[in-house]
Amino acid sequence: MTDMASLMEDRAAAKVISGNLRKPVDWDSPKISRQIKKRYAAERRFKMYGLSAIAIALLALAVLTYSIGSKGYTAFFQTYVQVEVFFDPAQIDPDGTGDPAVIGKANFDGLIKESLRKRFPEVTDRRSKRDMYDIISGGASYDLRERVMENPSLIGQTRKVWMISGDDFDMLNKGYISADVDEGDRRLNDEEISWYHALQADGAVEKQFHTRFFTNGDSREPELAGIWGAAVGSLYTLAVTLALSFPIGVLAAVYLEEFAPRNRFTTIVEVNINNLAAVPSIVFGLLGLEVYLNVMHLPRSAPVVGGLTLALMTLPTIIIAARAAIKAVPPSIRQAALGLGASPVQTVTHHVLPLAMPGILTGTIIGMAQALGETAPLLMIGMVAFIVDIPGSALDPATVLPVQIYLWADSPERAFVEKTSAAIMVLLGFLVLMNGFAVYLRKKFERKW
Amino acid sequence: MAVVTQSAMTAEPSVTSPKMTARDLNLFYGENQALFDVNLDIVERQVTALIGPSGCGKSTFLRCMNRMNDTIDGVTINGQVTLDNRDIYDKAIDVVQLRARIGMVFQKPNPFPKSIYDNVSYGPRIHGLVNSRDELDEIVMTSLERAGLLKEVKDRLQEPATGLSGGQQQRLCIARAVAVSPEVILMDEPCSALDPIATAKVEELIDELRSNYTIVIVTHSMQQAARVSQRTAFFHLGKVVEVGETDQIFTNPKDERTKGYITGRFG
Repeated sequence: MTDMASLMEDRAAAKVISGNLRKPVDWDSPKISRQIKKRYAAERRFKMYGLSAIAIALLALAVLTYSIGSKGYTAFFQTYVQVEVFFDPAQIDPDGTGDPAVIGKANFDGLIKESLRKRFPEVTDRRSKRDMYDIISGGASYDLRERVMENPSLIGQTRKVWMISGDDFDMLNKGYISADVDEGDRRLNDEEISWYHALQADGAVEKQFHTRFFTNGDSREPELAGIWGAAVGSLYTLAVTLALSFPIGVLAAVYLEEFAPRNRFTTIVEVNINNLAAVPSIVFGLLGLEVYLNVMHLPRSAPVVGGLTLALMTLPTIIIAARAAIKAVPPSIRQAALGLGASPVQTVTHHVLPLAMPGILTGTIIGMAQALGETAPLLMIGMVAFIVDIPGSALDPATVLPVQIYLWADSPERAFVEKTSAAIMVLLGFLVLMNGFAVYLRKKFERKW
Repeated sequence: MAVVTQSAMTAEPSVTSPKMTARDLNLFYGENQALFDVNLDIVERQVTALIGPSGCGKSTFLRCMNRMNDTIDGVTINGQVTLDNRDIYDKAIDVVQLRARIGMVFQKPNPFPKSIYDNVSYGPRIHGLVNSRDELDEIVMTSLERAGLLKEVKDRLQEPATGLSGGQQQRLCIARAVAVSPEVILMDEPCSALDPIATAKVEELIDELRSNYTIVIVTHSMQQAARVSQRTAFFHLGKVVEVGETDQIFTNPKDERTKGYITGRFG
């Protein structure tokens, strides 16, 4: 009863207090309207902050896109020069055998030089001649050879042939070399520029779509260098990374979220996974160098090693994303399944994983995109080598897109500047594609509640 | 067995051959004891209502009966719970099979985000109860019929279950539980998320299901307990205060606390 009494007292006290509070509020007082004005101003300000943040981000994106695009788009076109070529039987097939082996070994380079000498007969000086030969790329002789191999009837004829130009000539045609600069400060002297004007007057200079850029491997000659080798290398590397990090990451996340007991050991594991996500990628590169190359003696510069190293790097990303996605599955679904007599594994595979899949896939693709753009760890395991051949398997030496960009950015030739930007565009294109794929997967697997 | 018969005498004496029993059941969440020496008999093909104020342990007790508490970390249980005179906490008992025999319906309707058909067919499928598609179809139809849902959904079995209303979803969950042919169905406040009309339908359903299944229902609504149950157990602070025929509990409670609770003086 004493409880009852004290309760009554409390109530009485509460009544007194609330009585004191009940002073009528003047909602039209200047103080209150000032407050309202202030609140509106604060809301407007906040909106402005948000809008300006978005504006800054968009501006940065626009500047980036413009600077890369404006520098790089010219790399998708290449200057070609038309020269009259006499397919001299004495040079190509002196005995008239028609044997492809003989034709294949012929000196097509000499043929091109001969044609140039014929086009500019006034050039006699040894040095000037050498400059003149640079108008046409060294790669043009392969084109010519292929042409003759395909069509041996050309031998003995004279044809006008479009041939890929050398990089300096290409730069001049694209306007990157200005004739106004003092002769000693530019790559081409006045004589070379005069040849250009002469050829142009003939209509023998034109820009064509540069398919080589998408089909060739790397080269010392900018006009012959292509992105395909690096793209294939990236593809193999990512395939290895995905094949390793996705199953391991998802299984680790499932175990940690659904099965692991909560104890000190799992806490330590969790903390360390989160720490691993923040470890600089170069450290993973060093680890890869030591473990995969020095201890396991896997092939140097190979995508398989790159993939293994990048898998280490993407694992924490995937585990964290997968755990978050699994955690987001409502516990009521697990209870429903368990309550029906589904085993824990059935609960996970039938219900939790399918529901968590969009999140897991998004995290995985973000991890993959990160791996696609990663350079530092691959430098450590030798994927920075100059590789001309297109890799045929994950064990062949290869390079990857970002390393290719790094290599080209480091090259002295003026023509590699546009190649670098173009390669960045290709890399960004891949990233956009991957992110688009992530959005598509999320939309496809998303379940409405 | 000796333990069962001996301590059965300390429980109320009227029940013979109960479907399920709990004997001296103690449950701890880590250090905190949530159930104290619970003794309770569940009679076959009757509805047993568990009532009591919030936090009194009635849901915890319900979850002991199909070992759903196993999934929570830090829970320790001692004492005995039996189904058909077999201890369900015995090592030889397969939890998965046990939960198939003792179905559960939860407070919030929790259909799988799949089609209505897949929801009901999930249980029979994982337990391998059917041999053909036709058999499965039949189980789905009968279960939906038993849950009083067939008429409303028979034209849209392939549509997502999440598109149903709350009451329909809850009846779907009951159909899903029924599809595994359980012997006991545990219901944890099945109507607390439903409006009065849906509640009435579910209560009607519970009354019909009684002829085939043994039902234990946790409820906050005393009217509901009075309407649907034959036996009622009153829980307070983790202990069973009083258990008996529903009529007797509501009209002539023996314990002061029971009387206080059902007349609304506390809780």
